[in-house]
Amino acid sequence: MNTVVIGIGDAYRHDDGVGLIVAKRLRDLRPRAVDFVESDGEPTGLIDAWDGAPLAIVIDAVDAGEGVVPGRIYRLGLHHPALSGGGGPAGSHGVPLGDAVALARALDRMPRRMLLFGVQVADVSQGVGLSPQVEWAAGLVVEEIAELLVTQRWAAR
Amino acid sequence: MTHRHDRVLRVDALARVEGEGALHIHVRDGKVGEVQLEIYEPPRFFEAFLAGRDYAEAPDITARICGICPVAYQMSACQAMEDAVGITVGGAIGKLRRLLYCGEWISSHALHIYLLHAPDFLGFDGAIDMAARHRDLVERGLRLKKTGNQLMTAVGGRAIHPINVRVGGFYRAPAPSELSALLDPLRQALDDAIATVGWVAGFDFPDFEHDHELLALVREGTYAIEHGVPHTDRGLVFPVSELDHLVLEHQVPHSTALHATLAGRDRYLTGPVARYALSGRWLSPLARQAAAEAGLPAVCRNPFQSIVVRAVELVYAIEEAIALIEAYEPPHPPVVHVDPAAGVGYGATEAPRGTLFHRYDLDDRGVIRSVRIVPPTSQNQASIEDDLLRFVATRLDYDDARLTSVCEQVIRNYDPCISCATHFLTLDIHEGELP
Repeated sequence: MNTVVIGIGDAYRHDDGVGLIVAKRLRDLRPRAVDFVESDGEPTGLIDAWDGAPLAIVIDAVDAGEGVVPGRIYRLGLHHPALSGGGGPAGSHGVPLGDAVALARALDRMPRRMLLFGVQVADVSQGVGLSPQVEWAAGLVVEEIAELLVTQRWAAR
Repeated sequence: MTHRHDRVLRVDALARVEGEGALHIHVRDGKVGEVQLEIYEPPRFFEAFLAGRDYAEAPDITARICGICPVAYQMSACQAMEDAVGITVGGAIGKLRRLLYCGEWISSHALHIYLLHAPDFLGFDGAIDMAARHRDLVERGLRLKKTGNQLMTAVGGRAIHPINVRVGGFYRAPAPSELSALLDPLRQALDDAIATVGWVAGFDFPDFEHDHELLALVREGTYAIEHGVPHTDRGLVFPVSELDHLVLEHQVPHSTALHATLAGRDRYLTGPVARYALSGRWLSPLARQAAAEAGLPAVCRNPFQSIVVRAVELVYAIEEAIALIEAYEPPHPPVVHVDPAAGVGYGATEAPRGTLFHRYDLDDRGVIRSVRIVPPTSQNQASIEDDLLRFVATRLDYDDARLTSVCEQVIRNYDPCISCATHFLTLDIHEGELP
């Protein structure tokens, strides 16, 4: 099974779409042996997407509270408390990402490794396009994940 | 004295936005004075957003309104556009549309039954807790949902926000082999769905009934999904083109969603219970048998039993999908040619959670001048509030936690879009003077 890159978000809520945009830009780079999935955060779709994958890279918008600089990038591993269940993002049709992870754990349907990239949002009002700080961060995340995918492929040889 | 109880909805580091509802209950002198359900309604933004866009963009743009029922938005949009330009799409393309819609029903109903609604009846906080005790049941639900997703992917290009739908038909017709590969999973799903009906029929349902007028599309001889004529159980029948005169929406101060009523009448209810009441006789023999064995009456007025109706519809949608695939012949071409023309068009289809109306006004170049989208959740809002008011009135002795729990369950009976998160409700109970 391939590495899977999952972009989560709502493209019609400005910065909330950063996960989708990052995943699309990575897809456009056409990396080999990588599957791409767009998600609105719905947990069963996420579980199907990452079930059994050697590595799942998830990109999502983050709101870590007041005072956090927009565009700040968070990198969380599988055992980070934010992914331990009962917390995390709650979109219009999603449950918290932590709950999706908890459900997958209960069903033994986790990827072998998971990395979550979160980008602090500035504007999640209705509309398309990213705010400048988040756009800048999206570019950095694309570069970092692209490099990671190359490293991953070499490591798998 | 004021008691305030906030549901525990922790939106910590990874916050997304919106999708939360709030319920305000005002109690005075031991009686429920007012119930206000506040919900978020995305289509209002999309109505403005669509103005000035090309008619051909509407299916793809409106699909983004909802991740759970994008096909409903696409189908209603296509139908309205085709009505506006004066073409009719049926035959093999119409059957393919119905097949795609079956995929959405399977996926959406499985999600709601297993992950959102069943935990209420079994005393679990949510699907995670349920999975720890009943892994086999949750696996069955996920298997059902996955089959629906596979069907949507095969016909629509992908499960979330399908990309193969266009005004006039499809960009590409799937090859017969692509669809026949789904027959085995669908046959497994049919067994799972029949077992689902038996399982949920055994739940303990509160003794409660409503008297809402029931509205659904009706199409003589079949269970209406992708088109039909609006009917109510009290004899109102109207063409979809009468939407603007008969389905009236108004703002209420406490919600961003519009409340809908029928002109000269009152609140009404749309969704599986309404469909089952108005078209139940046209369900397949197997689905009818499942309903009979579950003890469903011809008209089900206990909203808690909507989970059983949803399970019966699951059986039907799977059977229908199997039949459509077995008889499938790819449409050539997969689209009816469309010439833009000025006009007003109406569309109505049955989303998993109820009737979804669209109306578009196009100029002679096919540019959208105005849009009206009437989603099922806003149509049902007044009925949900009425249920809550009457249900809570006899349970005011419950403590805050228990009252919150039963209120959420009442709301989940209707599978509103906002309920897709298992816990979404903030409950404020005010005792004393109304503000």
